[in-house]
Amino acid sequence: MNAPMNTQSLRPDLRNVAEWIKPDSTVLDLGCGDGSLLSWLAANKRVQGYGVEIDVDSVTACIEKHVDVIQTDLESGLGTFEDNTFDFVVLSLTIQAMHNIENILAEMLRVGKTGIVTFPNFGFWENRWQLALGRMPVSETIPYEWYNTPNIHLCTIYDFGLLLNKLGMQSTGQIVMHQGATVHFLPNLRGSLALVRFDKV
Amino acid sequence: MTNPSSVGIVTAQKAVFDQPIALSSGVTLPRYELMYETYGTLNANRSNAILICHALSGHHHVAGRYEETDKAPGWWDNMIGPGKPIDTNRFFVIGVNNLGGCHGSTGPSSIDPETGTPFGSRFPLVLVRDWVETQARLADQLGIHQFAAIIGGSLGGMQALRWTITYPQRVRHALVIASAPKLTAQNIAFNDVARQAILTDPDFHGGDFYAHNTVPRRGLRLARMLGHITYLSDDGMGEKFGRLLRSGEYRYSYEVEFEIESYLRYQGDKFSDYFDANTYLLMTKALDYFDPARHYGGDLAVAMKEAIAKFLVISFTTDWRFAPERSREIVKALLDARKHVSYAEIESAHGHDAFLMEDEPYHKIMRAYLNRVAEEVGA
Repeated sequence: MNAPMNTQSLRPDLRNVAEWIKPDSTVLDLGCGDGSLLSWLAANKRVQGYGVEIDVDSVTACIEKHVDVIQTDLESGLGTFEDNTFDFVVLSLTIQAMHNIENILAEMLRVGKTGIVTFPNFGFWENRWQLALGRMPVSETIPYEWYNTPNIHLCTIYDFGLLLNKLGMQSTGQIVMHQGATVHFLPNLRGSLALVRFDKV
Repeated sequence: MTNPSSVGIVTAQKAVFDQPIALSSGVTLPRYELMYETYGTLNANRSNAILICHALSGHHHVAGRYEETDKAPGWWDNMIGPGKPIDTNRFFVIGVNNLGGCHGSTGPSSIDPETGTPFGSRFPLVLVRDWVETQARLADQLGIHQFAAIIGGSLGGMQALRWTITYPQRVRHALVIASAPKLTAQNIAFNDVARQAILTDPDFHGGDFYAHNTVPRRGLRLARMLGHITYLSDDGMGEKFGRLLRSGEYRYSYEVEFEIESYLRYQGDKFSDYFDANTYLLMTKALDYFDPARHYGGDLAVAMKEAIAKFLVISFTTDWRFAPERSREIVKALLDARKHVSYAEIESAHGHDAFLMEDEPYHKIMRAYLNRVAEEVGA
């Protein structure tokens, strides 16, 4: 019960994701990067799970952290995983670069009970301001130029909620952040990064 | 001049087993011998042993050289040695030549003590599970209760997988590389063409060619040429040989014209000089028969429930003989069985043979995983 809670080593957004995840649960972390989240969850919340990653260096980094990782292209779906296998399925800062967003969200709630998605909020005021000045936005969470960005499906927090509804899903929690701090007032305007927790209606 | 990253000069050893072994085929061998090599030092609590299982034409000579002047080192020398991914400064590494082999272990070319002549056609077929049984007995002789890891590529990967089902408590980690849970019809077909080449060679004499002082060289050569084609990728072959002509001009003959023909014939000739035809038949049959799910209702996930080991599964993108999809079947079964498993799909142009090549991302993953194993066992 008194596991050492070390939240310092986690990125602020992942720290918030980690707070949503219950102890002793099972987690699938899609686009898990170097495995920081799963490594932290295993050490602090006795969470079991797997990471999914496409980049071979990230796969190696996960293995260095003793995180179980499956090298897969998320675009090809989650066919390796059976229905209702995980308590939580996390997709962190990846969805905006994916082709088939409806499919991955459906897949998340097929293999897991609760989904958690984090994405850059296109509604962030700096983005809106740059667009108003006639430029494509470049900001902290969207740090690319229009010609070299991997992001093909940017949305606002409001848009994401609408898509969940369309897919028969509902948001059960939302945290909006900017520069590591939580934004409570006018989140869709003042937050550059959104975390949304959702499950089936 | 000693290379600090080589295990150096090595010597093969022979283990003798006088306790009979009942093989899966129903035949009992009263006595047998296994050739093996070891590198590194077994630690005090005997927790740092790694078993290397070999593929179809492999053997116990995994790393190092027998003499300074040896042209080539053991078959996985780029992976095994001081400071290499399978670090002999930390691990006690064992290479073993399987029962039925032709590099010193009891096999078809060995003398049958009952008759004083080579076993030949009388040598029984051996299954992967039989190899695991003999390897377990070798581990007993060496005083190793549990392996830190069992590692194999291709047919070697199948042995690692089988180990985790038959002796779950004896394997901490299984590294299954460029392997498959069972062969496809296409794979079996390739194997049978290779076998037919040997079986129909007039020099084969039903497997008893030893008595005729001959070897079915033509059959072995064809079998190996076919094998080689399937171990390489079209891209890799194209890159290396393309349509290069030996003489630069078409000669309108059936002699060697293209470089690829020259390469395959050379490989085939070399192989037929040293490999035993009966061993080739036996090893390909062991491949065909391998199907650990068979006794678990055909469900590999059910079979894998037996395992305690943690797994690393690796495949290579251009391997079409044991394609990444086949490795993903193993991964899926392990996920369904809720086992610890990591899976990497390495970009490579080298086809099935990639698992023997020195490739940076591949070796980095092996190194990272084995560091973890070493930490666990205090090596």
